[in-house]
Amino acid sequence: MIRFYKTTLLFCGLLLVIPATVVQAGEAKSGYEYIKPESRAMQDDDFENPGMLAVEKGQVLFNQKQNGTDKACAECHGEDGANLNRENIARYPVYSEEAADIVTLQKRISRCRDNTGSSKSLPTDHPDLVNLETFVRNRAVGEAVNVQTDGAITELLQAGEQLYNTRYGLIDMACYHCHDLYPGQMIRGQKISQGQGNGFPAYRLGTGEITNLHQRIQQCLTLMRAEPFAADSDEINLLGLYIMSRSNGLRIETPAVRY
Amino acid sequence: MLTLYTIESLKPAFIFKPLNHAIKIMQAHKIPILFLLTWLPFSGMTSAQDDLPDDYCRWTVVDYAIAEPLCGLAGDAQRGSEIVTDGYRGNCLACHQLPIPGIEAYGTIGPPLTGIAARLSVPMIRLRVVDTRHINPMSIMPGFYRDPRLINRPGEEYRGRTFLSAQQVEDVIAYMATLK
Repeated sequence: MIRFYKTTLLFCGLLLVIPATVVQAGEAKSGYEYIKPESRAMQDDDFENPGMLAVEKGQVLFNQKQNGTDKACAECHGEDGANLNRENIARYPVYSEEAADIVTLQKRISRCRDNTGSSKSLPTDHPDLVNLETFVRNRAVGEAVNVQTDGAITELLQAGEQLYNTRYGLIDMACYHCHDLYPGQMIRGQKISQGQGNGFPAYRLGTGEITNLHQRIQQCLTLMRAEPFAADSDEINLLGLYIMSRSNGLRIETPAVRY
Repeated sequence: MLTLYTIESLKPAFIFKPLNHAIKIMQAHKIPILFLLTWLPFSGMTSAQDDLPDDYCRWTVVDYAIAEPLCGLAGDAQRGSEIVTDGYRGNCLACHQLPIPGIEAYGTIGPPLTGIAARLSVPMIRLRVVDTRHINPMSIMPGFYRDPRLINRPGEEYRGRTFLSAQQVEDVIAYMATLK
């Protein structure tokens, strides 16, 4: 169930009802085009890119027997993940009708890990899961993001878009404000990007950490002096789904280097 | 299961229906309706958050301007010039260019504020700092003295407060009045 404070909801004036025609922001551009040239160079060089450390850590975990079982991911999917389907990776997050749930790539990995009979499942965004997520997403580097936008998922995308267009926190801005209206403009010393998801998990220069899309959304909400949505809450899943769908067609850059 | 919220959830029925439902269940189980009062302390928790803080001064918009200084306070231009560059307090430079020597990094989202006092009167500037959405409801600019009850999901430490205090707002306005 969505935990939502009705008292807050009452102030419906906060909801920006923006017709789809206005949202038409033009061509999707990767955050790569908005970062500084030196950050681009850092991303392009695997030896310079600090995000590659998470890929390596993820690969080690991928080849380790998961706790309580004698199975490692690598036994089915190959030591370097060669048996993973790149096209499938690019489809995440997906909607599982069976579970009536949005399944992120990390959740898919976590469930696969649990299904091997592991005694202890890891909490969402546990560093091990983020590293595994980074490794698996990196297997599909160069593949175009391809989130489903028709069928059962349509309603969820609309709900995600509504959250994207809602103002949050004392700074009182919606994702829409910065990332749809002002990409390319400067906010102090940084260029505003379109807020695309194709580079995530990404290495953040601002924090020096590997950060997946959901964590980035949470950090952005905190910056807005808002109460961030909890890990694996419906809101964060819907927002993550909508934001990744905006990136359809952009090439996966994981691990990207971003501010 | 995912539940989607729609405009339906804003209707009074959405609030009263659960109450009616609760009363029906209580009647069915012969629970005194007075037990509903046990919710009172909890309802207090939300209403306290919804109340205006005691020190919040009300203001009125006339002709797209706020004529009276907030709480009748006088601003100090010197203090104001410190607030506008402060990344935590005013942070005007995040979005606006200001004629302050030595500052290179500024934002390009809002209009440059050089000469703002030559274009707008002080009461007009006041409304734009206090809550610019009275002029443009879609504006990206935060209301620095917006009614705290209108803020959606404020972080824990920011609940029930304004972005700047009334005194800080008046200081910023006093500084901006010097930008002619």
